[in-house]
Amino acid sequence: MIPYAFHYRRAASLKEAEALLAANADAKLLAGGQTLIAAMKMRLAQPSDLIDISGLKELSFIRAGEDAIVVGAVAKHFEVAASDEIARAIPALAGLAGSIGDPAVRHMGTLGGSLANNDPAADYPAAVLALGAAVATNRRVIAADDFFTGMFATALEESEIVTEVSFPIPKRAGYAKFPNPASRYAMAGVFVAETKSGLRVAVTGAGPCVFRVPEMEAALAKSFTPDAVAGIAVDPSDLNSDIHGSAEYRANLVTAMAKRAVAAAAR
Amino acid sequence: MSVVSLSVNGKPVSEDVEDRTLLVYFLRDTLGLTGTHIGCDTSQCGACVVHVDGRAVKSCTMFVGQAAGREVTTIEGLAEDGKLHPVQEAFREHHGLQCGFCTPGMIMTAVDMIRRIPDLDRATIRAELEGNICRCTGYHNIVSAIEDAAKHMAEDGQGKAA
Repeated sequence: MIPYAFHYRRAASLKEAEALLAANADAKLLAGGQTLIAAMKMRLAQPSDLIDISGLKELSFIRAGEDAIVVGAVAKHFEVAASDEIARAIPALAGLAGSIGDPAVRHMGTLGGSLANNDPAADYPAAVLALGAAVATNRRVIAADDFFTGMFATALEESEIVTEVSFPIPKRAGYAKFPNPASRYAMAGVFVAETKSGLRVAVTGAGPCVFRVPEMEAALAKSFTPDAVAGIAVDPSDLNSDIHGSAEYRANLVTAMAKRAVAAAAR
Repeated sequence: MSVVSLSVNGKPVSEDVEDRTLLVYFLRDTLGLTGTHIGCDTSQCGACVVHVDGRAVKSCTMFVGQAAGREVTTIEGLAEDGKLHPVQEAFREHHGLQCGFCTPGMIMTAVDMIRRIPDLDRATIRAELEGNICRCTGYHNIVSAIEDAAKHMAEDGQGKAA
């Protein structure tokens, strides 16, 4: 499949990427391209220019601090999965990154690309929301609760570029997903995290956009056990229903994955 | 159109191509390296896996511009001086193929996983083959071939080279 014609540009710096993006309303950023290129091949996307930021060293890093791990926007999934620092501080995040797509996709796909795209079945949004991470851009810092605004929609404005994400180091955290048996995308993925600022449960794959489950958060704050969430069901009327599973089935998966995520976090 | 320069199987190449050229079409149509296959063309089947700077990627989901200045290795670049790469040899020994269409991608993925993971067991090999589909469903011998190649390469000190 051949996409529409476009101009490929490799940005030499974040500044240059900003300028190129601002100069052309139909330009798009290219990071790993593992979603964008597929969409372009289907001719669902028609950017006039692709500005490749994947090689920017200033956006490609993993930095461990006292209270947080900061990951650059173009850090690849395999780098997060293989990072000793992340494996020590937030093993659930390393495990999540290692469960995205397949090895070849993980060699290309990036954290910033995943967040900016906000696919309803993407894994990273669950970690960002549950850990209460801060998403930094070239203009500001956006709290996780404000970042994801809907299906494939985020708080990012025109020509705003994700630069890094700061993940608070949790006391404990766990992620469990039920992958679609064919596509391996999350039918439901639940990330549970206890950080200094409290307990959070975030669900991806089941609804149109990643969301929190306050009832589960309250129950886990009292008792951090799989049993605490076993009796809590999310409302299926807000969930996806398609050939892969009904909304009711996904609601059941959310509870099942929440139990597994808590069990994983408790280990 | 842009002139794109990169290294393919150790040789420098420089070609004037459309920016929208995917790496797999560049390899197959521009350079005539038809060992890299196009199966699904949607990043799922893995028939198009090549190495860029030593890491397995799906060449149907990468523009050639992204590979500019980098080193690409295809199935044609594995054998040295007429001698098959140990993974190729193991696929032959174990008959790790039926129709053979998925084989180039399987082998490139196998070389990458052997480089990254010491002591590969069969369950890990199967998990690592997530992105490679054999529609003859001949996975059993593919797994055996990779397991055997990993063992031989570790003995010869070739595993986990980079």
